[in-house]
Amino acid sequence: MLEFPRWKIWIVTLVVLAGIFMSIPSLIAGTPYANRWPAWLPHDKINLGLDLAGGSHLLLEADAGDAQKQRLQGMEDSVATELRRDPRIDIGDISTSGGRLSFLVRDPTKVDAAFDRMQKLTRPVALTGNRDWDVQVADSTRVVLTPTQSGTVQALKNAMSVARDVVRRRIDPGGTKEITVVTEGNNRILVEVPGVENPDQLKRLIGQTARLEFKLVDLEANPNDVMQGRAPPGSEVLPYADNPAGAPYIAVKRRVMVSGDQLTDARQSFDQDGRPDIDITFNTAGARRFGRVTQENVNKPFAIILDNRVLSAPNINEPILGGRAQITGNFTVQTAHDLSVSLASGKLPVKLNVIEERTVGPDLGKDSIHKGVIASLIGTLGVILFMLITYGRFGVYATVALVVNAFLILGIMAMFGATLTLPGIAGFILTIGAAVDANVLINERIREEIRRGRRLLDAVETGYREAFRAIFDANVTHVISAAIMAYFGSGPVRGFAVVLLIGVVTSVFTAVYFTRMLVALWIRRTRPRELHI
Amino acid sequence: MKLLKLVPDHTNVDFMRWRNLAVILSTLLTVASLAYTAYRGLNLGVDFVGGQMIRVTFTQPVNVEQLRSRVLGLHLGEASIQEFGGPTSYQVRLPKPPGGDAAANEAANKVKQLVAADYPGARVDSVETVSGKVSEELASDGAKAIIFAMLGIALYIWIRFEWQFGVGALLTLAHDVSMTLGFFAFTRLQVDLNVVAAILTIVGYSLNDTVVIYDRIRENLRKYRKMAILPLLNLSLNETLARTVVTSLTVLIALGVLMAIGPEVIFGLAIAIFLGVLIGTYSSIYISAPVLVWLKVTPDSFVRVDEKDAPGTQPA
Repeated sequence: MLEFPRWKIWIVTLVVLAGIFMSIPSLIAGTPYANRWPAWLPHDKINLGLDLAGGSHLLLEADAGDAQKQRLQGMEDSVATELRRDPRIDIGDISTSGGRLSFLVRDPTKVDAAFDRMQKLTRPVALTGNRDWDVQVADSTRVVLTPTQSGTVQALKNAMSVARDVVRRRIDPGGTKEITVVTEGNNRILVEVPGVENPDQLKRLIGQTARLEFKLVDLEANPNDVMQGRAPPGSEVLPYADNPAGAPYIAVKRRVMVSGDQLTDARQSFDQDGRPDIDITFNTAGARRFGRVTQENVNKPFAIILDNRVLSAPNINEPILGGRAQITGNFTVQTAHDLSVSLASGKLPVKLNVIEERTVGPDLGKDSIHKGVIASLIGTLGVILFMLITYGRFGVYATVALVVNAFLILGIMAMFGATLTLPGIAGFILTIGAAVDANVLINERIREEIRRGRRLLDAVETGYREAFRAIFDANVTHVISAAIMAYFGSGPVRGFAVVLLIGVVTSVFTAVYFTRMLVALWIRRTRPRELHI
Repeated sequence: MKLLKLVPDHTNVDFMRWRNLAVILSTLLTVASLAYTAYRGLNLGVDFVGGQMIRVTFTQPVNVEQLRSRVLGLHLGEASIQEFGGPTSYQVRLPKPPGGDAAANEAANKVKQLVAADYPGARVDSVETVSGKVSEELASDGAKAIIFAMLGIALYIWIRFEWQFGVGALLTLAHDVSMTLGFFAFTRLQVDLNVVAAILTIVGYSLNDTVVIYDRIRENLRKYRKMAILPLLNLSLNETLARTVVTSLTVLIALGVLMAIGPEVIFGLAIAIFLGVLIGTYSSIYISAPVLVWLKVTPDSFVRVDEKDAPGTQPA
């Protein structure tokens, strides 16, 4: 027992001091003392969970149907571009129904050429040996492209990673806020934004795919057919987003003249009549194309389409050559602003649905922290008092260990940048209550050994040794349940498990090694003849 | 200074004398708890059934009936309104709307508008919307977590001790979890994600207690090879009784404070663990130990004593 070598004392003392030191930035956060903390010292702090800091938690899921639709549409565009390179291949009757893309090759001798060009469009999927699309010829004149399973999986993966970046840019255009945007599983994105009281704007920003397209209006379409949803070949019928004056539907050419992919900027502005609109700027390629298209179609109406809804169909009065244009529509300042943010951040490769939403107001969070801190303090005091009257001097050691333990938990959480949640506070209090268990085990064992007539030193030695086995096993049960909780739990519950896990490790350290050192030093210094325990 | 000894020296309670009575009683209560839970169901929160929950703090106590009829007037389906924490805080629960996400959003907004218009100064504390898909996942994850934790711990006990002890641990855990569920079914307290966390904690804590007792039983089995099993269990229980009482009390002190003055949002968690500690303390004495009698644990159960001796029995 007395053999507690100096190097061990140093290690234990250093760990304790490091823990206290690391916990300081978190403890003084938000107080005037925070500014006095020297800049060259570590500043790692414990993060507050949304349930304490207030804010919004959104879980988004890719719309599987939309993912498939967008992928088919994208392929349709590629096919059109590819086949335009060979003017001899004349195609018609493009269809995307049934989850497949197919078209008719009018000249049967050109089917093979079309087939080869389609093969060139497909890409191998890494590690699978499959290609992303399966190309076949049906009825000897129809080329059919079917998405393969592995191609769909990979497309979704790529789409999710793009979507994650787009979501981040939309919520935080300046890149300054402390937000979390991460993909979860293979089709979900978790968004956590602290300090947001009303998540409606968030959802508006994320809810819009923001696929912007410019297409020519089909003036030859029969208005009666359009009302019934029928369009001439090469055209399609689209609904207006909001057209209070005119017709609810309009026929436009299927071919995309210019798309929003080629934007470099979009911002909310006002038109000459003072109505909100959006100023957009194209990149060089987009500007050239936009200039050419407008030049060729002066005096024709041009539909501005957002997510398959027509915002407006203004007339092209003159060629627009500078790469700058205005999007007009029935906007309010707010909707124009939101749309400009969405456009500037690029389109979402897939529509995202909100499947879980939790918003906590900042007042409730503050209230929780306040009550949680007070409960922690009073709970700790209660436990300390109880330990003191039960074990005297050994109770003092247990108390010192308990306080050190509290600092260590906070310090380790800060070091890993862990998140403290409301259940985490409960975990903290519970750990305080349970941490003394190791000391109780040791102290009761010492009492027992003394009753059996062992001498003081022997009793203490045996107490620590025999109790350790039970302490070890008992804490493993905590680790198992906390680890399972951390694995299955989400958000707040995981925060609870993290505190429990850290608390188990630190409490074994403080209750066993740290108190053992204190006891050894005391015995060495005073050589007591009897033990009051 | 005279130190407090809650359990006097040389205490010798004949725990095992009432073991049959205790086990019959526990079995009846466990079955009753499970049956009641199955019959009445748990008051599952939006976490597990989906829907919306909106928490509002008003500036003064409100007439609940009036609030209820106003919310029902919005025609958002079966709304339930409960006091939450204090007389000015309420939670409004709405079922999943049939129209999907957009409709859910609209429903929450309608309630918020109602509150803003009819109760000036009221504060919307939190809004939670959980879709059917997510709630199903949360429910199955929660159930899986509890089952895996129980099996994992029982397995650990089996490896560290003997199979009889593993069975004892599993039965003890099943008892504790059933009783906790029964309590929630009976009190109609809302079961949310926090309560699942609480049950997992109980699983860990209850076994903590059991392990300490099992450890002593093993030690005594090796020490007193000729002693009959019942006196040996009694001896082990009495030797660890002081520790059991003191530890349970410290945990109950900490949790009692949390329950009494802690944040309302985690009241369910605090009360579940508080209750679990009480049940767990009882079950480590009256379930964990008697099981060993029926499974005929003897000193010879630890044949390979030396190999079985665990790593880390010696503190560094």
